[in-house]
Amino acid sequence: MANPKIDLKNLKAGGFIKERGKDLFTVRLRVPGGRLSVDRLAKIAQVAQKYGKGYVHLSVRQSIELINIHFADFDTVVAELGEEQQKVASCGARVRVPTACGGCEYNPNGLVDTQKAALEVDAKLFGTATGHHKFKVCFAGCPFDCPKSAINDVGFQGAIWPKLDAGACIGCGLCAKSCTEGALAMGEDGNPVFTGENCIYCGDCVKVCPTSAWEVEKRGYSVRIGGKWGRRPLVGTLYATFLPEEKAVDFIAAVLAWYQEKAEGAGRVRLGDIIMREGTASLLERLRQDFAEYLLEETIPPQVIDTQLPLRAQEEKTCKR
Amino acid sequence: MQTVDLRGVTCPTNFVKAKLELEEVEVGATVEFLLDDGEPVKNVPRSLKADGHKLLGLKETNGYYVLTLEKAE
Ligand code: SF4
Ligand code: SF4
Ligand code: SF4
Repeated sequence: MANPKIDLKNLKAGGFIKERGKDLFTVRLRVPGGRLSVDRLAKIAQVAQKYGKGYVHLSVRQSIELINIHFADFDTVVAELGEEQQKVASCGARVRVPTACGGCEYNPNGLVDTQKAALEVDAKLFGTATGHHKFKVCFAGCPFDCPKSAINDVGFQGAIWPKLDAGACIGCGLCAKSCTEGALAMGEDGNPVFTGENCIYCGDCVKVCPTSAWEVEKRGYSVRIGGKWGRRPLVGTLYATFLPEEKAVDFIAAVLAWYQEKAEGAGRVRLGDIIMREGTASLLERLRQDFAEYLLEETIPPQVIDTQLPLRAQEEKTCKR
Repeated sequence: MQTVDLRGVTCPTNFVKAKLELEEVEVGATVEFLLDDGEPVKNVPRSLKADGHKLLGLKETNGYYVLTLEKAE
């Protein structure tokens, strides 16, 4: 049988992943921030039923994956999904679909609008070729960090800086009791005393105060860079604090530009490893050009997680004993 | 002043009970609620405040909290 005519443009950006079976592919769908309308979900179900295996898989990064799609059906699958504006995701050396938690809209812990941020990044940066390796972004609504921002190339964590209106305080002590970080204690005068160095910007004091004596002075993102998981995990480290929500896209673009430039010729290497090679100062300096106000003076390189593998070195030690 | 004992009542039942009790009193009246330490004292006062009532005080006594508020519309 001659190959059916398929539009290769569909394949180029990725999102079609070869399966074990002959001619069968997994089609990864683009669901920024993990939120989709029920209409879109119904359309996906319909397509999965018609062309797939009768089930879908939820990827770790909030995508829905259609399983067992025959490559001859690509065009019709893309067209039918398009009826509900459902698009196919990417894979390879590109900016991936950003992930995000529910954020502040309905989650009582949320401090920032992570969903809005994820949609914006998806609209402006999704699919950008890095030239080197994949590039992952995620948004967490608060320091609980359910989406695990520090294992992304650029990870955002919602944050607030609290300020006391002493006049409104009724001295109940709830804020000091709620602060698990040792940043608040009740003072002699019956008002809470704030120790800024211990504060992790979680906003629990603001939320618990029954009289709204604690107010939000600053709101934005703590930004960590250089994280990844996989064979050689790295934990990203802090570069900026209280980055305004509307600056997130430009910030990512600046990190991306630095990565594109510094990884030139390095091959398939993630951002964190390039930072290890180039040093944090170079990236800080680049970011200072546009984000000086929010940038840390200095930071530490991505933190290596010792996987304890391979065991060879350990064995050698044991043998010598 | 009326006292409503909400000790031993868990979230969010304590808040719902507090609302029902408040429906019975007149606007401007002062009511006292007894609340357990932990989640109840973290949640109930701010939920009642969000409903528009005026919080007058919150004090710890013998392992529980006494919340005083003035009923609003
Ligand atoms: S990171 Fe914070 S806001 Fe987001 S889901 Fe977790 S607790 Fe909620
Ligand atoms: S924001 Fe969090 S860490 Fe900082 S003082 Fe308030 S409760 Fe403590
Ligand atoms: S929770 Fe609010 S009212 Fe109570 S001590 Fe803290 S600042 Fe004052």
